[in-house]
Amino acid sequence: MKTRFGIAVLVALGLAAAYLGAQAAPKAKVIKVSAKRFEYAPGNLKLKKGERVVLELTSRDVVMGFNLPDFNVRGDMIPGKVTRVEFTPDKTGDFTFLCDIFCGSGHEEMHGRITVVG
Amino acid sequence: MKHRMGRRDFLKLAGIGGVGVVFGSALPGMANAHGDDDFFFLQLSDTHWGFEGAPNPDAKGTLPKTVRSINSLGEKPDFIMFTGDLTHTTDNPVERRKRLGEFKRIVGELDVKTLYFMPGEHDASLDNGKAFQEFFGRTHYSFDHKGVHFVVVDNVSDPRAQIGDEQLAWLAADLKTQPAQKPIVLFTHRPLFDLVPQWDWATRDGAKAIELLMPYPNATVFYGHIHQEHHHMTGHIAHHAAKGLMFPLPAPGSQPNRTPLPWDPAQPYKGLGFRQVDADVDEARYEITEFPVLKA
Repeated sequence: MKTRFGIAVLVALGLAAAYLGAQAAPKAKVIKVSAKRFEYAPGNLKLKKGERVVLELTSRDVVMGFNLPDFNVRGDMIPGKVTRVEFTPDKTGDFTFLCDIFCGSGHEEMHGRITVVG
Repeated sequence: MKHRMGRRDFLKLAGIGGVGVVFGSALPGMANAHGDDDFFFLQLSDTHWGFEGAPNPDAKGTLPKTVRSINSLGEKPDFIMFTGDLTHTTDNPVERRKRLGEFKRIVGELDVKTLYFMPGEHDASLDNGKAFQEFFGRTHYSFDHKGVHFVVVDNVSDPRAQIGDEQLAWLAADLKTQPAQKPIVLFTHRPLFDLVPQWDWATRDGAKAIELLMPYPNATVFYGHIHQEHHHMTGHIAHHAAKGLMFPLPAPGSQPNRTPLPWDPAQPYKGLGFRQVDADVDEARYEITEFPVLKA
């Protein structure tokens, strides 16, 4: 009986901690990024170091890629669908993101830039 | 060895001598049980036939001039391998076939019997290699030549720049037929390792191909895509990138974007060229000699 009570208390404490943790977690910044041959909109993003970000990716014409190698972030950009990728920048500077799915004659010029400030 | 030195000396006397020599991998001292002779082949890459723009004002003349330079070589290579981007990309499937046909006709003037081809992303990524196959056949295959096992891996027909599980299974099965000490040369277009992912100089599942090569101490990779000579080691495996024949690209990661280097009127065709690879089969070594477009 004593053991059951102990377990119940532990479970209750765990749930409370999880709830408080969820409440305390900072809300992610959501940014919509769309692509069309051969550009991203927006093409330049400004982020804060340590701020969680969710990118909502989609394409307005053909299947594209969004690849941000410096943060090991990538996702497909599919017409009519939204792909969400999430990350928290842990360093400052300018970083290139690029299309990594060959999409046509302008593919090699299809890239954008993310600036992360402290 | 004597045979190879004689050929190199001849080329230098003929004024076509290379501008740089690199000794490729691998472990010395491997006995060649078959007693095959040494030989050499040429690697041509990134001819981008159909390109037009300031980075090469002689876009229509560079490839024919290269063909003439090769035909003037005193000794013929056993074969020539083209490591992709034979043509410059176009969104028009009719134009793509026109470029592939023109390219095939021009390299048909080469006075070398055996030519091998593979696609680059410019040739194949918009139609999964369909047009390329109409002109040149398979996009991945293997063959044996004088004691060396050559493997051609296609990392471009999938627009996601990946080899794919099916081809990787084929590669694994192909390599399994080879003895552990066999000299193996793998040709591919894109780097199998992450050279500069920010410039798309990588293969998404290239590490899996390298992993398959790792049990073979005498494996070497030759590739294209980056339009410049470059040498890199992953463990004991050497990866040698070739110059292109349309426009050079900047050194890996040296600037934000991989824009073509400008044409230098004072030094036309600078940064372009092809290479000769002398295979020392006994030692599983590859001596690389770089050649300019024009015969000096």
